[in-house]
Amino acid sequence: MTATQTILAFAYLVTAVLFILGLKFLSSPRSARTGNILAMIGMVIAVVATCFDASIISWTDIIIGALIGAPIGFVSARLVKMTAMPQMVALFNGAGGGAAALVSTGEFLRLFEGSALPTWDQLLPIVLSSIIGSVSFAGSIVAFAKLQELMTGRPITYAGQQIVNAIVLLALLGLSGWLLAGNVSVPVFAGIVGAALLLGVLGVLPIGGADMPVVISLLNSFTGVAVAVTGFALNSTVLIISGTLVGASGTLLTMLMATAMNRSLANVLFGAFGAAPKAGEATAAAAAGGGAVRSASAEDVATMLAYSRSVIIAPGYGMAVAQAQHAVRELAANLEKRGVDVKFAIHPVAGRMPGHMNVLLAEANVPYDQLHEMDEINPQFEAADVALVIGANDVTNPAARNVQNSPIYGMPILDVDKAKNVVVLKRSMATGFAGIDNPLFENPKTMMLFGDAKDSVQKLAADVAAA
Amino acid sequence: MTEHLLMLITIFVLAIFVGFEVISKVPSMLHTPLMSATNAIHGIVVVGAMLIAGAAIGGTVGHIIGIAAMILGAINVVGGFAVTERMLEMFKGRTEKRP
Repeated sequence: MTATQTILAFAYLVTAVLFILGLKFLSSPRSARTGNILAMIGMVIAVVATCFDASIISWTDIIIGALIGAPIGFVSARLVKMTAMPQMVALFNGAGGGAAALVSTGEFLRLFEGSALPTWDQLLPIVLSSIIGSVSFAGSIVAFAKLQELMTGRPITYAGQQIVNAIVLLALLGLSGWLLAGNVSVPVFAGIVGAALLLGVLGVLPIGGADMPVVISLLNSFTGVAVAVTGFALNSTVLIISGTLVGASGTLLTMLMATAMNRSLANVLFGAFGAAPKAGEATAAAAAGGGAVRSASAEDVATMLAYSRSVIIAPGYGMAVAQAQHAVRELAANLEKRGVDVKFAIHPVAGRMPGHMNVLLAEANVPYDQLHEMDEINPQFEAADVALVIGANDVTNPAARNVQNSPIYGMPILDVDKAKNVVVLKRSMATGFAGIDNPLFENPKTMMLFGDAKDSVQKLAADVAAA
Repeated sequence: MTEHLLMLITIFVLAIFVGFEVISKVPSMLHTPLMSATNAIHGIVVVGAMLIAGAAIGGTVGHIIGIAAMILGAINVVGGFAVTERMLEMFKGRTEKRP
């Protein structure tokens, strides 16, 4: 080992430690920012150290790539709206997966050009990381297209879908086995990458928009694994450690999210959730609600809010779409001025990403100690005078508790219907992202305030101030 | 199996446990920034991209692969950290001063 190699190895060790500490610090809102900065420092150390690697003999391609990629990443990160955060993360994740696949492809070409044919143990990590990276890349692009509404957010299903997917998977495995058995050629390798890309697209198509957060989290951990395996191919411990950290933490996060919806991961991936509303459901919902929808005016709602002791606000993606978070903040402030106790109830999968509501409300300067997680807030609904549901639907749907044939049966929900009064702000009677009727709207305790969430909340805020 | 490979596998397995351990107590409030931060961390693949792009392999195809890997890697790293920082700077408690 030369002196340079030794220094490089220590630099990469420092990077790995900084990544671990960074993730650790991210577990509390107080230290999260420090955590991200530590991870950033770790990344800079790794990149600077790599500049001294003796195997770099030409700088042109590195500099061209960095000069194109870095500004794209920075500018899009600064410009993206907080509501569009899930698809942004999907894109960045896809970029990482694509990079891992390309690095493995490059390593394959390097070995292929060498004097001796590469052996199977050299090829195995290359093949694995190009497969996982390609699946992650293609899957992330489809997830992005669904969330950005470039294509339908509903699951895309067709007859024989599972069979087609199985055939592609078999082709992928067959080609990989063929290559590893010693039939090393560029067309076979290209075939593997092509099949993996196809599998990524086909795998995400049947998954509905409501499940995209879980999918992005899963693809994030896929990219982590792809990077770790790339580390095996390149003999790089820093890639192995960092990629594995992401792979493991991403897997854990994915399972936490699936649990929050009371669904298995297999059900998320293959269940085509929200594909077609079931026939029995509407009648079941009507029976549970047993009445018509009661609609109210903003003045009525404002008076009720102004003269209550405690209000719990349950925000959902509808608030984000209407860009109503600043108005919500104003309404909460006006209520607090009158001595009303205001809390926010955050469902773990409200929005299109876990924790999405927290980010949006933080953007509107709502202090994080006013935001309460589901398990903490649910027992408090009974004592609340008003539960104000703003653009949330599926996560407040009582059908999850008692309608056994409902697709969301068993999902833990916010118990807004336990409050003395419920006000639902909604644009129309349309179903939520999951495409399911909500008997909450027909509950006799519920008042509906129809209209654009931002306009409605602004009216409420003004009327509360005047009351 | 070589001794070196065995060492790499050891590191890999230990890292799995560290990964599970380190995030098992993150509140769901921080799940979006956490996902975004881990997303930035797997941008470490840019180090691999530098090694491939700097090795000058395989003529035109090699150049294209190297440059493309660098572009994607750089987008992942820079975008990932920038977007996480943007989110986290918004998280403020009641006691802290708001801008």
